[in-house]
Amino acid sequence: MSRISREATVRRMLEQSPPSVPPDLHVEAVRRGTRILRRRTLARRALWLLLLAMTVAFVVWAVTARPWVEPPSETTPPLTGW
Amino acid sequence: MQPRHTSDDTRRAREFEAYVAGAGGRLLHTATLLTAEAHGDNPRARRLLTLALARTYACWDRLHGEDPYDHTRQHLATRFARGAWHHHGGLLRSRSRPAGPLAALTPQERLVLVIRLYEGVDGEQTAALLGLPVERVRTVFNRAMANVLRPAPRPAPPVGGVKAVPS
Repeated sequence: MSRISREATVRRMLEQSPPSVPPDLHVEAVRRGTRILRRRTLARRALWLLLLAMTVAFVVWAVTARPWVEPPSETTPPLTGW
Repeated sequence: MQPRHTSDDTRRAREFEAYVAGAGGRLLHTATLLTAEAHGDNPRARRLLTLALARTYACWDRLHGEDPYDHTRQHLATRFARGAWHHHGGLLRSRSRPAGPLAALTPQERLVLVIRLYEGVDGEQTAALLGLPVERVRTVFNRAMANVLRPAPRPAPPVGGVKAVPS
C-alpha cells in the first residue's frame, strides 16, 4: 500500500462517527473563560497596587533619608586653630 | 465606561457562541480521538475542550485576526500533552478502557496522528505546535501509522489452532 493510500485509510478511520456536541458546551466555556478573565484582571490590579506601594515607599524613604547628601565626615577631626 | 464594557461583553459572547456552534463538533471529535474515549461517553474530551475553549474566550479580544480555531487546537494539544502523563495508568484513578480507532496507541502517537491526519497540519507545523523536533514528529507519526494499520491481534483463534494440530 502506498503512503498516500495508507494515510487516506487512516483518515477515513478517524473521520467516522463524530461525537454529539453537548448543548451546554458554549455556556460552560464562557463561564470558565469569564472566570479566567476576572482572575487576570485581579492579578493585574494587584501587581499595579504593589508597584504603586513600592514607589510610594521608596519616595518616602528617599525624602527622609536623603541618600544624595554627603554625610558629615567622621574619620578626620575638624582642622581648627592653626 | 460601564455601557461600553457591557456591549463589548455581549458582542464577544455572540461571536464566541457562533464560533463554538461552528467549530465545536469538529473540535470535540479531535478531543475524543486524543483521549481515545467512546463517542457516546467522553467526559475527559469534553473537559479538555471546555478548558481550551475557555482560554480562547479569555483571549478573544487579543486574537487580532488570528484564527480562533488554531488557538483552541493549540491549547487542546498542549493541555492533552501535559495531562496525558497523569492519566497514563495513574495509581489512584482507575483508567477507563480506551475505545475508538486509536485505542492501541500511546498518547503521544495519538496526538501526532490526529494533528497530522485529522487536522491536516503538515509535519513542520506539527513540530512547532507540539514543541518537538521535526525528526521526532516524523518518527512518532510513522510508528503511529504502523501501529494503527496493523491488523488487530486476535489471540484466541491461533492458540486454539496450535493446540488442535498436535492432538
